[in-house]
Amino acid sequence: MKPLGPCESVPTAQMRQEVCDSLQALISRHRGRIGALLPTLQDAQRILGHIPLEMQQVIAAELKLSGSQVFGAMSFYSMLAWQPRGQYIIRVCGSPCCHLNGAAALLELLQEELGVPLGGTTADRLFTLETSACLGACEVSPAMQVNEVVYGRLTPGRVREVLSDYRAGQGPDYRDLPYSTCDFREFRRAPGESLLLENVGLIDPLNLEDYLKRGGYTALEKALTSMTPEAVIEEVKLSGLRGRGGAGFPTGLKWSFTRPLPASPKYVVCNADEGEPGTVKDRYLMEGDPHKVLEGLIIAAYAVGAAHGFIYCRGEYYLSRHRLQHAIDQARERGFLGKRLLGTDFSCTVELRSGAGSYVCGEETALIESLEGKRGFPRLKPPFPGVVGVQGQPTVVNNVETLANLPAIINRGGAWYREIGTPDTPGAKIFQVMGQVRTPQVLEAPTGMTLGDLIQVYGGGVRPGRTLKMIQTGGASGSLVTRAALKTPLDFGSLEAAGGALGSGTMLVMDDSTCVVDFLRCVAAFFAHESCGQCTPCREGAAWILEVFTRLSRGEGREGDLDFLLRLADTLKDASLCPLGQSAPVPLLSAIKHFRPEIEAHLKDKTCPAGVCRFD
Amino acid sequence: MSAPRMTINGVPVEFSPGQTILEAAQSAGVSIPTLCHYPDTRPTGACRVCVVELEGARSLVPACATYSAPGQVVHTDTERVDAARRMVLELMLASGNHNCLICEAGGDCELQALAYRYQIDPPAFGKPPGTTYYYEDNNSMIIRDFSRCIQCARCVKACTDRQVNLAIAVGYRGAETTIVAAGDQPYIDSECVFCGECVQACPTGALLDKHARFLGRVWERQKVRSTCPYCGVGCQIDLQVKEGRIIQVTGADAVPNRGRLCVKGRFGWHFVHHPERLKTPLIKENGSLRKADWEEALNLVATRFAELKDREGPDKIGGWCSARITNEENYLMQKFMRAVLGTNHVDHCARL
Ligand SMILES: Cc1cc2nc3c(=O)[nH]c(=O)nc-3n(C[C@H](O)[C@H](O)[C@H](O)COP(=O)(O)O)c2cc1C
Ligand code: SF4
Ligand code: SF4
Ligand code: SF4
Ligand code: SF4
Repeated sequence: MKPLGPCESVPTAQMRQEVCDSLQALISRHRGRIGALLPTLQDAQRILGHIPLEMQQVIAAELKLSGSQVFGAMSFYSMLAWQPRGQYIIRVCGSPCCHLNGAAALLELLQEELGVPLGGTTADRLFTLETSACLGACEVSPAMQVNEVVYGRLTPGRVREVLSDYRAGQGPDYRDLPYSTCDFREFRRAPGESLLLENVGLIDPLNLEDYLKRGGYTALEKALTSMTPEAVIEEVKLSGLRGRGGAGFPTGLKWSFTRPLPASPKYVVCNADEGEPGTVKDRYLMEGDPHKVLEGLIIAAYAVGAAHGFIYCRGEYYLSRHRLQHAIDQARERGFLGKRLLGTDFSCTVELRSGAGSYVCGEETALIESLEGKRGFPRLKPPFPGVVGVQGQPTVVNNVETLANLPAIINRGGAWYREIGTPDTPGAKIFQVMGQVRTPQVLEAPTGMTLGDLIQVYGGGVRPGRTLKMIQTGGASGSLVTRAALKTPLDFGSLEAAGGALGSGTMLVMDDSTCVVDFLRCVAAFFAHESCGQCTPCREGAAWILEVFTRLSRGEGREGDLDFLLRLADTLKDASLCPLGQSAPVPLLSAIKHFRPEIEAHLKDKTCPAGVCRFD
Repeated sequence: MSAPRMTINGVPVEFSPGQTILEAAQSAGVSIPTLCHYPDTRPTGACRVCVVELEGARSLVPACATYSAPGQVVHTDTERVDAARRMVLELMLASGNHNCLICEAGGDCELQALAYRYQIDPPAFGKPPGTTYYYEDNNSMIIRDFSRCIQCARCVKACTDRQVNLAIAVGYRGAETTIVAAGDQPYIDSECVFCGECVQACPTGALLDKHARFLGRVWERQKVRSTCPYCGVGCQIDLQVKEGRIIQVTGADAVPNRGRLCVKGRFGWHFVHHPERLKTPLIKENGSLRKADWEEALNLVATRFAELKDREGPDKIGGWCSARITNEENYLMQKFMRAVLGTNHVDHCARL
């Protein structure tokens, strides 16, 4: 091997010549782009598997940043590393859903099999063992990811098999896999027409012709050639479409704030960061029908007057990104992207960006900071991104599923769409029934199906011999509800009235084998890990909530713990900077409401009624 | 046109457009506590000590980063606001080892002052005894003691927005969030130029001027305004004096530096009390120096200049003057060279 030598831009940075060359080459590819640092770091990491200080120095010098800016940003993202790691990174999903289905035992098994502790690298430098926040593979939990490939429905036998495949150098290429978790067509589907997942599993996602044959890009053509941007906005307003990213903000209304602003450029962003625990819906769209998402994004760009769009896709979704990039390239070749689309005056480009392991980057302002190559620190609102977004320019951020609704709305009209589902949340919605049910699955249905039907008919009910205990609604920051809520129709308003939340449309079902304290500890670990650390209540408070639930689950609870939790919860809700901290205590507050005796049993009697917590 | 108005604690208040709620409150004589707020830097609204109730807002809003608007109704001292502030302060105190007894910041610490104002007892919750924190003491000027860091990031704002050195940034995330230099290395191995702006910005005892340590509490010091002796910028400094001796130099909030200093002005003052400091002229005779008085020394210099000028001509003489003297003194210097000695060879160290 050649000796280390200086790399031109920073003579003190010693590295092998070929490393230096690849680094310089990739930097010149990214230089000048908005937020060049993050894509540069992501590509640089591929050279050695990590980004040592010398590389950081070269990147800083070439991108005209300081070393502290580079390290400050890099250390924010859990998928970037500056210490050597193994060839294969095993990331065991630690999300609530996988936890309920045995992730802890899986992790123990892996530690044993590999002979390394969590965070460790095997002596042969083959494997590094890590945990991850929700991998977005909840329908096959417990799950893990080995580099790009997801493995679900893990059993000890399966884990050993996977390890021996990699040891034998026979890991699959993720690009050859048909999907990253399961075939959508395996799932039970709701009767009636499908608007969102209609093509998933039926078309070849890498083949534009397939999409075109099924009516693809006709909505874009209709919008561009026969509708003004204002008319598109009116149509979407008329449809009553509410954002599917979790907050339910009316999409047409959001656009109508940005459209009239005289600023230029404007941007549209497709929020494909899907990090909400229990949520996998956007992945099915991106993997199975990437052009639909892209078509929606281009329609949104036309409506608000943006000539550039970003798709910010979470770091763990390699297959989604592969297919999206393919779709973008094909669309450009066919004139659905680029200059003067379909012969009109409208031009539009779309750029795919990758996250790097941070849940809060799904929050739209943190996402924008991340797009700008910085730490994912949520911004203060107002101003809202629609007015001040990417590089200070008006930016509309919409969820993948929101965008996937647009082709149908444009083709068939807002009035038609509004008739679907409930008046509160018109339209089609992708639901996810996860956790301790017989058949966890993804489902598209008009809003308004009851929670009970989702669980019973599609989730197959709880497993034999078990009874339903509670459901966490909408994601990790959603409230817990009990059987009493089973008749609630699934839409934003009804769930809120029932003390829950629609959120991303995921419902995490738990049976009587689950301990509420153990579950809340897992949720608390998620928030403590994903807090961006910017504001005091959430940075410190989330860690204290975790600390308290950890000791409760060990029978080490202290008098006053519940009062402390309640005080903490109030401060987080009222004084945190962004919705992550504001909503972090929601699950525990609902748990204290519904399950106080069970929590107190841990605290006072040092017993775990569900028999999950071990007090030794 | 009359100034726009808002209501703060039930009292109608005028404000100028562009003012934050904090600024409007300050002009109206209402005190809102702050920690991460720092003048001449971009507000981040992150520490959440300045939160206030704004009618119509779902949660509390940070006064330092929320702009005033006509008709706003703000409450700065309600029970709700107090409860949040107290919890935030408790969380800060619990985040480290805040034993004020021997903390350099004691008496001059904004966290301590707020704990006093809100009557916060040491929180019942806290890190277990024996918890260790990052501590850096490997350079001659600055100590970093993160057992007292509250992550307000004022140091980062000072380094970034005020000095534009960008030597430090916020690193990691969640409860592991901490201030980092390049590669999370010590200051001495980083891009830090030791201007000490971060030390001055730190509201607690987390960043310390190493030489001033244990030399005197804030109430034992006298502040003496002076001008930095190093360069022509003329930065205003406060000499922190105890019993007639300087123990620290800090930047004064005045023109031209508005508190900023460079490494020399802030840390390079030890010559003042140095035992080897030159206090009288010295004359070299037979290879060794002896003390002389000014009369004798100046006479000698004048005689020798005259001899040199007669023998070699004035152009063999050149003058070099210093940035450490005033403009007026520099003017006199070149005048002396030209008019008295008759040479144009005059230069200045600032051209080096
Ligand atoms: C902590 C946090 C995480 C979020 N994650 C996502 C996400 O992964 N995907 C998403 O579309 N929206 C996410 N959101 C919501 C976005 O901030 C934003 O509301 C949404 O992208 C807007 O799109 P929509 O109007 O189409 O729903 C998140 C919000 C918060 C507070
Ligand atoms: S609430 Fe949490 S995630 Fe949001 S800004 Fe504060 S620390 Fe960051
Ligand atoms: S930093 Fe302030 S509060 Fe902390 S120990 Fe020092 S004086 Fe006390
Ligand atoms: S001493 Fe100056 S350059 Fe160094 S970190 Fe502090 S402010 Fe930045
Ligand atoms: S070192 Fe001081 S200024 Fe910097 S974050 Fe910590 S407490 Fe704040």
